[in-house]
Amino acid sequence: MSRDFLIIGGGVVGMAVAYGLARRGRRVSVLDEHDGSLRASRGNAGLVWVQGKGLRMPRYAELSLQSSEAWPTFAEELTARTGVELEYERRGGVDLCFDAAEAEARQEEYRALYAATPALAAMRWAYLDREALREHLPGLGEAVHGGTFSPWDGQCNPLYLLRALYAACRSLGVDYRPATPVDGVEARASGFVAHTPMGDVVAPRVILAAGLGARRLAPPLGLSGEVRPVRGQILVTERLPQGGRLPSPQIRQTASGGYLIGDVLENAGFDTGVTLETLHQLGRRAVAVYPDLARARLVRSWGALRVMTPDGSPLYEASRPCPGAYNLSCHSGITLAAFHAEELAEAIDSDRLATRYGDFSGARFDVQATG
Amino acid sequence: MFKRLDNAALAGEVTIWLEDQPRRVPATLSAAAAVLWLDGGAGYRDHAAGGRRAPLCMMGVCHECLITVDGEPNRQGCLVPVAEGMRLERQRRSP
Repeated sequence: MSRDFLIIGGGVVGMAVAYGLARRGRRVSVLDEHDGSLRASRGNAGLVWVQGKGLRMPRYAELSLQSSEAWPTFAEELTARTGVELEYERRGGVDLCFDAAEAEARQEEYRALYAATPALAAMRWAYLDREALREHLPGLGEAVHGGTFSPWDGQCNPLYLLRALYAACRSLGVDYRPATPVDGVEARASGFVAHTPMGDVVAPRVILAAGLGARRLAPPLGLSGEVRPVRGQILVTERLPQGGRLPSPQIRQTASGGYLIGDVLENAGFDTGVTLETLHQLGRRAVAVYPDLARARLVRSWGALRVMTPDGSPLYEASRPCPGAYNLSCHSGITLAAFHAEELAEAIDSDRLATRYGDFSGARFDVQATG
Repeated sequence: MFKRLDNAALAGEVTIWLEDQPRRVPATLSAAAAVLWLDGGAGYRDHAAGGRRAPLCMMGVCHECLITVDGEPNRQGCLVPVAEGMRLERQRRSP
C-alpha cells in the first residue's frame, strides 16, 4: 500500500500526530510495539497541565498554554468522532507547597516565567495559603503550607484519550499495526524503509514518536536520541465519594472515584517496578494532604518511565541529512496532545517544523566548541 | 463455578454474620469463599458503574470480590480468612 507518512510509535504522541495528519487527508501508517513495551502513555497520571511547564524554556510554556486552550475543542471533536468520553475537565488545578521556602521559590519562578514573553502574560495564577486553598481542596491537611492555583490546569483519563485516538485514527483510515517493533529505519533515495520482523515498510516521510526508542532509532537518521528514562510511581486508592477537590500533580481523584497518588522522579534505569519505600512515601504524603484518606484501601500501584530530554522540554526536529525524517519526544504528551494534533501535525505536513519550531530541535543539546 | 473439594480438611466451623444473619461456615474459608459456599455468586456485589459482580480469581488479583468486613468497605474478600463473629455485608444497591 502507498502512504504519505510512516509513524514509529503508537503512544499518545504518535497517535495524536497520526490523527492530525489523517484529519488533513494524509495516508498514515503507524508501527507500534507490544503491550509489554515501555509505555509512558499508559502509565501517566492524566493531568492536562500548564503551570510550571517551561521554567527553562518559555516557548514550551507558551505551547502548554496554547494546547490547554485547544483542549476543550480537541476533546469534544474526539468524543463526537468516537463516542469515547475522555473525562476531561478544566476547572483549575493546584500545585501544593509543603513549607514557606518552597512557596517562596515557586512564586519567584512563576513571576519570572510568566513575565518572560508577551504571550505568557495571559497566564493567570495565584499563590493561595492553606485556608484559601480549602475552598478548592476541601479537607486539606495542616501539613500543607499552600499552593499555586491556575484556572488553566485540568485533567483527563489518559487511557480514554489513547483509546479515542486509536478509534478516531481507525475511522480516518490510519493503518495501525500493533506488535510490529522496528529494528531500524534507513534513508533511501526515494524515502525511508523501516525494518520489522514482519517485513519492511516504506514511506516518503517518517516520524519518530518512539519515546525512549529514539535513543536507538534517531541517531542513524541524524536526529537526537538524547532522551532518558525518569521513573514515576503511582498508587491508587479504592473508589471513594467525589470530594470536589481540584487536581494537583501530587494527587487527583479520577472520575470513577479512585485517587491517583504520584509525582516522584527517580533514576532507576529501565526498571518499571515499584518500591515499598517510595510507595510508603507517597501514601504518607497523600494522608498529609487529605487526612481523610488514612483509612482508604489501596488497590493498585505501578511504575512507568517518563521520556525526558536533557532540559525537560519537548524535542521537535526535522533531520538535516535525511530530509523527510522527523523526531518528536516529550514527557508532556497528554497536555500537548491538542497541540500535536493541530499545529504540530500541520507544521510537519507542510515541512515547516524547522522554521516554526527550530528552538525545539536537538541542536540545543550540542556542546559548543570553545577556543 | 467454584466448588469445595470433597476431601477438604475438616477444621471445625465458625459463626459469621452475613447481613446480620448468623451463619455457620467451615473455619478454613476466606470471606469470599464463605459467601459463595452459603449463597453462591448471584447477588454478590453491584458495581458502582452499574452491573453485577462476583469473585473471579480468588487469589487477590481481580478485585471482583470486594465486600464489607466488620464495617470496612471494599475489602478483598478472598484474602480475608473468616473468624468467629466476623460481620460481612455484601455491597449491593438493594439487597
